[in-house]
Amino acid sequence: MTEFTPFSAAVGGGMIGLSATLLWLVSGRIAGATGILSGVVFPQNRADFLWKISFIVGMVVAPMALGLFAGVTPNVVPPFGPVQVIVGGVVVGVGVTLANGCTSGHGICGLARLSRRSLASVVVFMAAGFATVFVLRHVLGGGA
Amino acid sequence: MKIFIYAMIGFLFGLGITISGMIDPNKVLNFFDLAGDWDPSLLFVMGGGLLVNLVGLRVVTKTRATPLVEGQFPPAPNQKIEPRLVLGSVLFGVGWGIAGFCPGAALPALGALNVYPLYFVLALVAGMGLTRLVLRGMRSAV
Repeated sequence: MTEFTPFSAAVGGGMIGLSATLLWLVSGRIAGATGILSGVVFPQNRADFLWKISFIVGMVVAPMALGLFAGVTPNVVPPFGPVQVIVGGVVVGVGVTLANGCTSGHGICGLARLSRRSLASVVVFMAAGFATVFVLRHVLGGGA
Repeated sequence: MKIFIYAMIGFLFGLGITISGMIDPNKVLNFFDLAGDWDPSLLFVMGGGLLVNLVGLRVVTKTRATPLVEGQFPPAPNQKIEPRLVLGSVLFGVGWGIAGFCPGAALPALGALNVYPLYFVLALVAGMGLTRLVLRGMRSAV
């Protein structure tokens, strides 16, 4: 069980939204984690690689800074072992490549640009997430 | 200079993921668990993010013809919903429900220096690479 934290959730969410707006203001680019990661591991050109790797370095440093200066140590361990994380990771990798985006690209950016594609994607991936957790936890039962 | 700006914007993104709680796969999985101990927090993360960006993009686009540092504002988004988008979205949701991580949460989670986000990101990259190979193969076969 996790505690319902509407205030920190909305504040953190607002920071993600502000980050997306700032990236748009600075460069007209879309803050989608799928595109950013893919441009780093499968580089297209130097400029594209450079801004994306810089963005990822910033992302990774953030929880470190919160740990060092605010004593915040978030839990990142799921309630199951590595095999389930790896299986899910591969499926996510296939999915976001086919869908050209994930929660940030379609959810925070695409919806804000009133993209029908993004709306369709968000409705479908959220529904699939609810269905998957229902099946894993309440039909197959294995806990987690 | 430019890379410093992008790093700062990524840093803000990572702060948001961490503070919002989305960095924790347990919170994500409990959000998806309507039939269990439901934690609606994620709704507030996405709602807060969308609201700020919805207003932010409009203000920026209304007040500026070109971006502040480099590049151009892209044309209006493509509105075509093809089977590939739907299939990909289904798979993304299924994988998210299996692992509890999505790409935007797992990247900052690497900074928590735990092996689980690393497993996820490596598997994510493997899935991305595999799909790119298959798509390239299908394109050259046509």
